[in-house]
Amino acid sequence: MKYLPLVWATLWRKKTRTIFTLLSVIVAFLLFGVLETVDYAFSHADGGVTGADKLITTNKYSITLQLPFSDVQQIRSVPGVAEVTWITWFGAYYQESKNFIFALPIDTDTYFNLHKDEFIVSGAEMSAFRATRTGGLVNSALMKKFGWKVGDKIPLHSTIWTQKSGSLDWTFDIVGTFDAKDPTQAAQQASTLLFHYEFFDEGRNFGKGNVGWFEERVADPAQSVTIANRIDALFANSSDETKTQPAKEFAMAFVKQFGDIGFVLRAILGAVFFTLLFLTGNTMMQSVRERVPELAVLKTLGFGDGTVLGLVIAESLLLCMTAALAGLLLSFAALPILKLGLQGIQMSPRAILPGIGVAILLALIVGMPPALGAMRLNIVDALADKR
Amino acid sequence: MFKQLWAVSVMSLQTLPQRIGASSVIVIGIAGVVAVLISVLAMGVGFRHTLADSGRADRAIILRGGSDAELNSNLTRSDVDTIGNAPGIVKDSAGKAALSNELVTVVNVPKIDTGTDANLTLRGVGLTLAQVRPELAVVEGRMFRPAVRELIAGVGAAKQFRGLTPGSVLHFRNADWTVTGLFTSNGDVHESELLADVDTVGSSIARNGYSSAIALLTGPAAFADFKDALTTDPQLKVDVQREPDYYAAQSKNLTKAINVVGNTVAVIMAIGAMFGALNSMYSAVAARGLEIATLRAIGFSASPVLLSVMFEALLLSLLGGIIGASLAWLMFNGHSVSTLGGAFAQVVFKLTVTRTLIVTGIIWACIIGILGGLFPALRAARLSVAEALRAA
Amino acid sequence: MTEAIVSMKHVGKSYRRGKQSIEVLQDLNLDIAKGDFVALMGPSGSGKTTLLNLIGGLDTPSLGEITVAGQRLDQLRSGALARWRSTHVGFVFQFYNLMPMLTAQRNVELPLLLTNLSSAQRKAHALAALTLVGVADRAKHKPGELSGGQAQRVAIARALVADPTLLVCDEPTGDLDRKSADDVLHLLQVLNREHGKSIVMVTHDPKAAEFASHQLHMDKGSLLEAGRIAA
Repeated sequence: MKYLPLVWATLWRKKTRTIFTLLSVIVAFLLFGVLETVDYAFSHADGGVTGADKLITTNKYSITLQLPFSDVQQIRSVPGVAEVTWITWFGAYYQESKNFIFALPIDTDTYFNLHKDEFIVSGAEMSAFRATRTGGLVNSALMKKFGWKVGDKIPLHSTIWTQKSGSLDWTFDIVGTFDAKDPTQAAQQASTLLFHYEFFDEGRNFGKGNVGWFEERVADPAQSVTIANRIDALFANSSDETKTQPAKEFAMAFVKQFGDIGFVLRAILGAVFFTLLFLTGNTMMQSVRERVPELAVLKTLGFGDGTVLGLVIAESLLLCMTAALAGLLLSFAALPILKLGLQGIQMSPRAILPGIGVAILLALIVGMPPALGAMRLNIVDALADKR
Repeated sequence: MFKQLWAVSVMSLQTLPQRIGASSVIVIGIAGVVAVLISVLAMGVGFRHTLADSGRADRAIILRGGSDAELNSNLTRSDVDTIGNAPGIVKDSAGKAALSNELVTVVNVPKIDTGTDANLTLRGVGLTLAQVRPELAVVEGRMFRPAVRELIAGVGAAKQFRGLTPGSVLHFRNADWTVTGLFTSNGDVHESELLADVDTVGSSIARNGYSSAIALLTGPAAFADFKDALTTDPQLKVDVQREPDYYAAQSKNLTKAINVVGNTVAVIMAIGAMFGALNSMYSAVAARGLEIATLRAIGFSASPVLLSVMFEALLLSLLGGIIGASLAWLMFNGHSVSTLGGAFAQVVFKLTVTRTLIVTGIIWACIIGILGGLFPALRAARLSVAEALRAA
Repeated sequence: MTEAIVSMKHVGKSYRRGKQSIEVLQDLNLDIAKGDFVALMGPSGSGKTTLLNLIGGLDTPSLGEITVAGQRLDQLRSGALARWRSTHVGFVFQFYNLMPMLTAQRNVELPLLLTNLSSAQRKAHALAALTLVGVADRAKHKPGELSGGQAQRVAIARALVADPTLLVCDEPTGDLDRKSADDVLHLLQVLNREHGKSIVMVTHDPKAAEFASHQLHMDKGSLLEAGRIAA
């Protein structure tokens, strides 16, 4: 637009002031982008199981409680259930408790049937895994992290399960590696080690015949909730009541327990913007006050009152929008770092769009008072002031 | 020197009302940073206090060896009997050991604010409860009876979860449990729990053993011998810890996360506030350009001018810091919050604004103020007198 | 008789200062012919600037009628007055009043932003105006880089760029040294004699008045010689 050079030039009248104001706004919007992304991630948690056709069945009272393995027959018989597998929390670490390993005792056939689209494994290594009772299939990132090689015997310490010997240490033979097919899932699978449920169940000292939870794949995702209810109805009055949910809901319910994170984030952002309002408001007021004679001259040239108001608002918008965009882009660049810290949680740059709306609102609130002042400026008085 | 500094400072402060806009930017910006910093850190302090203050130095918690938390631990009846015979445990007049065998599990109860279920810890405790945990006091209703499905709820849990009032009935695991009373426990983590008779809890979840044993020792010094006796016993594979140490370890991760988040956010905000302060002080120096030049022309040396600018920045920042700290204290101190604890159950804690936090906040405020005032101050001092007189 | 470019009948102007009403102009009657270069002189406080502001449409009279370039200014509201100004009047001030952060060329283009001309057209007109006043070579410089005389010429270029019929100048040489002042006055004379611009100039400087075609004197809000002045 033709007024742009004029508005841009006005911004740079006092270079230091403009630069510092821009920097403050950039910082504020960087924070906005980061916090909004975190909030979005927490309210759209995906969990380890993707796909709208996946359900999770846990003990109704807590994920820390077990379910009898024998339930699997009944679950399988529910119409609409395409596959069922069972998994138990092993709670393992390697050498030190900070080296957490997501070790899962699985039933090879059903597990890979259910998750067939998620793993890349070589045929030879898969066969080796099936054939080896004590075998472990390890995520390639995990292999790299500890420098393991195929053929190594790796001891893992379970924080829960004792063997008959009384020891909590379980040794596995690494027979192969796998990768995640979908790169966005790579982070979630990076600590995973798969081993055999039979080895686990035979070896453990207590809890035999129980599993942690079931995963189901349904033939028709639209039927998820109906099938979930059917499964729960099977065990409704037994001593092991179940709760079946679509996988996404399960993940979200878990995250929700961390508390009202959204409130904390919004409160922080509210404080940030309140202070920003003062800062930019002050800048705009100062800027317009200094330019009273110039605004008067514009009016003598024939610029109408409305046009002058528009020029000041344009100045405010230009200031806030350029800095806001810069700040939001910076937060976008910070996404990879955030992804490291919040592993396995969905991140999206879409969380940044509201920032633009906030920037516009800020510009209008901050620009309106001086703009109105400029609009009402009396030419004769303002020119006389110059003398 | 000081006379000059005093004179200059007084002069500059007198002109402050004219620069109220720019000055309020510093005050408000810093107040914001300090308020956010203190509020977020208060969460960490509150959480840590609740957990770390749980427990006494003369009380030990015994878990199965290798388990890092009660929920993962598994002790048999014979284990508990052996533990009860170890040296150092307080014994009553009948010779019975002050040992509470406990079983921890999780139940689902809807939360008051969201209405959705959240995990709540149900702790089965031994009959020796009163002896082992003397700080526990039933404040409303009455204590539960053994062998029946009765429980008492901690006041923290009662604040966050629905239906925890004496006389109401909770339904979980296909059975009805009656809440017979509410208890306090020195504000520690147990106030977020439900307590009931351990054997009743055990039969309700079909478990035959215990999660942990809590032993009251004759004194803090008795711990070493007690621990040795148990860990050298070949029949027993247990971990013995002082209670405070156990709870401190439990709270470590969340406290660390809160501190990281709080400090990161505050640093980012502080940078923004610093730019704001720089802006305001530069414009303050510019506004007082003529005045400063005149002073210098009269004969005031550069340093009082420099120091007066820093002094003004510091004063405004201090004001901002005090306002921010007061806001955090007024709005959030004592505010009750709950989140996921180590046992995958809710832990209720209070945001705690301590004196240390307030001091920390004010120190941050001063640092921001000093940084924000330094460069403008240097510019004011270096301004060539003739130039300043001409430009004004 | 040549048509009047400015015609004022019984014009009065007063201001409120708190509770008091101060009368600056009283019952003024004045005609200025098209093509005149009028020097308006008088002691400070005589109301010259106020009169100039009324002629230029910067202010409205409290009483009376003003007709400039065929338009009754006293009947226009501020929005319409602004539009009228942009096409009919050019202003030159004592302190140039250029935008310090714009180049000379962009300063001159300012009035054209109110038109529908394209960017290229605006640039062409601005350069033409700058050439006319003799400072085209300084087109890319900011006012801070120009001498007083050069800055005032740029201001004149800005006043001309929309091709107004009337130029209104308030002490145009007040801030210039003798040489620059003379140059500027020569320029104004050329604009008047060769380009037919009507000019009303307020000045303290008797030498400046010599460049004009007519002189008017004011004191205490009244013209000392009323009506149309004979050559």
